[in-house]
Amino acid sequence: MRNRAETLELAARLRSHFEQAGAAAVETPILQPAETLLDLYGEDIRGRAYVTSDALRGEQMLRPDFTVPVVQKHMEHGAEPARYTYAGEVFRRQEHDPDRANEYIQVGYEVFDRTNPAAADAEVFALIFEALEGLQLRAATGDIGVLMAAVQGLRTTDRRKAALMRHIWRPRRFRALLDRFGGRAQMPPTRAALLEADDPMAIDVPFLGKRSKAEIAERIEALRADAAADPISETELAGLETLLSVRETMPFALEHLRDVAVDLPQINGALDRVEARIDALQARGVNVEKLDFEASYGRTSMEYYDGFVFGFYAERRPDLPPIATGGRYDALTRMLGNGAEIPAVGGVLRPDLMLEIKEAAR
Amino acid sequence: MSLKLGVPSKGRLMEKSFAWFEKRGITLSRTGSDREYAGHVDGVDGVSLVLLSAGEIPRELAAGRIHLGITGTDLVHEKLPRWEQQVQEVAPLGFGQADLIIAVPACWVDVDTLDDLDAASSAFRARHGHRLRIATKYHRLVREFLTDAGVADFALVDSQGATEGTVKNETAEAIADITSTGETLRANHLKILSDGVILKSQATLWRSRTAAYGPSEKKALDAIMERLG
Repeated sequence: MRNRAETLELAARLRSHFEQAGAAAVETPILQPAETLLDLYGEDIRGRAYVTSDALRGEQMLRPDFTVPVVQKHMEHGAEPARYTYAGEVFRRQEHDPDRANEYIQVGYEVFDRTNPAAADAEVFALIFEALEGLQLRAATGDIGVLMAAVQGLRTTDRRKAALMRHIWRPRRFRALLDRFGGRAQMPPTRAALLEADDPMAIDVPFLGKRSKAEIAERIEALRADAAADPISETELAGLETLLSVRETMPFALEHLRDVAVDLPQINGALDRVEARIDALQARGVNVEKLDFEASYGRTSMEYYDGFVFGFYAERRPDLPPIATGGRYDALTRMLGNGAEIPAVGGVLRPDLMLEIKEAAR
Repeated sequence: MSLKLGVPSKGRLMEKSFAWFEKRGITLSRTGSDREYAGHVDGVDGVSLVLLSAGEIPRELAAGRIHLGITGTDLVHEKLPRWEQQVQEVAPLGFGQADLIIAVPACWVDVDTLDDLDAASSAFRARHGHRLRIATKYHRLVREFLTDAGVADFALVDSQGATEGTVKNETAEAIADITSTGETLRANHLKILSDGVILKSQATLWRSRTAAYGPSEKKALDAIMERLG
């Protein structure tokens, strides 16, 4: 393990750097109520976070990140706009790779501002970019919002769109759904039989459990309606495929995506936001000509991000996790806000890894 | 020091393990009273018998406190995330066959695949305000299987026994459990998803990769391996 004192010292320096940029330092409890996190992330979080409990408060989790508690804090009594920074331990359960740390220091910077999202995106990215200067990291960026806009604008049923939206972050299931809705995949024989049956509910087993007979009948109706709906067109499918494969430097990626928008015009609004972000990054002095943009970046590991996403990687150390990650999470504030919402973007750094890379370079 | 062989301490699993070794010229027996967990090994030198709960054998193998151990594939895979690095499969024993499966109420005529389960979970959550609950004691295996298959909106609830009853009692909507004949499932009006087999398990003899093997343990291990052919 790295020298802890050194790591803490760097963490404190980074945090004061973020304070100078206008952020207020915040602290959050290490123990978080498990229910909120489970509700947001589902069962996956149990594989990634340490769960403990007591008889009074029930299940608690050792904070797997700061974002959720910081958002909650802001939604409860934050004034707008707001900038926060924090530094402290996070805990991640490791079941497969014993070399990955299960406890490490994270330093973060979060912006809650509804006036100019592009500028806020650029501000967070540029600050983290600066903090990592000299480490020779590769930056990857993306924008989940482009894919979301593409899905929401498909000429197909609302139910199909909702199913695809639900699996934006699970590329395999997303692909399987797309193949089915596009008529490329065969219907499983059991479903075909179910749809052909005159009265599929006439069975000789008892109805039991909390999922009612009405719910079963409702789903059969939905399946029948889906079987009767036209498949998603080849043009739209091809457009989505091209969209997902875009991987170029920022200006070229945008150009390429504008071509995709000929077939998928619904993404133009999202692309305008990408364009505004490019300008904002440039205004901050970031060389966008050298910045990679991958349209499918952030789909597997960053479930709550729904717009701009980024990560910094040590190319000579592919064994290391990203040194910094971040992105926009407007939807998360909606889910935690009890009706309120605020556009939000943030990023986190790993000072321990920064020191490790610096040392290796020496 | 002797080579430590861990065998389940009770029931059919113990009897069948004893019989399996007997066939290979190694006699295992319990010594002392019925309640005392002590044992004896005849037919090969330098081996001592350790009687343990089948559920603890994976952990003991991983810790290197026993050199050989008999337990189910299901328990090894559930309890040792990096089992390939911690234990080596010596021989499947041909008994204790059971599949770890996902089962739903038989009345769910609209649910036959994981794809259906995912869609039903989504509608269920929207309707009832909580995730579709799956009762199991194999948390890690089930979670990884469902996550890998892209099933969302489920929650695992712990059930250490009588898992098939949880659906009727409405403490879970589906279950993930071990079954060998499927009889208990049928009796409880449950059916297995057609792509819902998580793991095929059977009683297996494992060797610890982490235990210390001195000259005497090595010699005893070689002698056993020779008997097993």
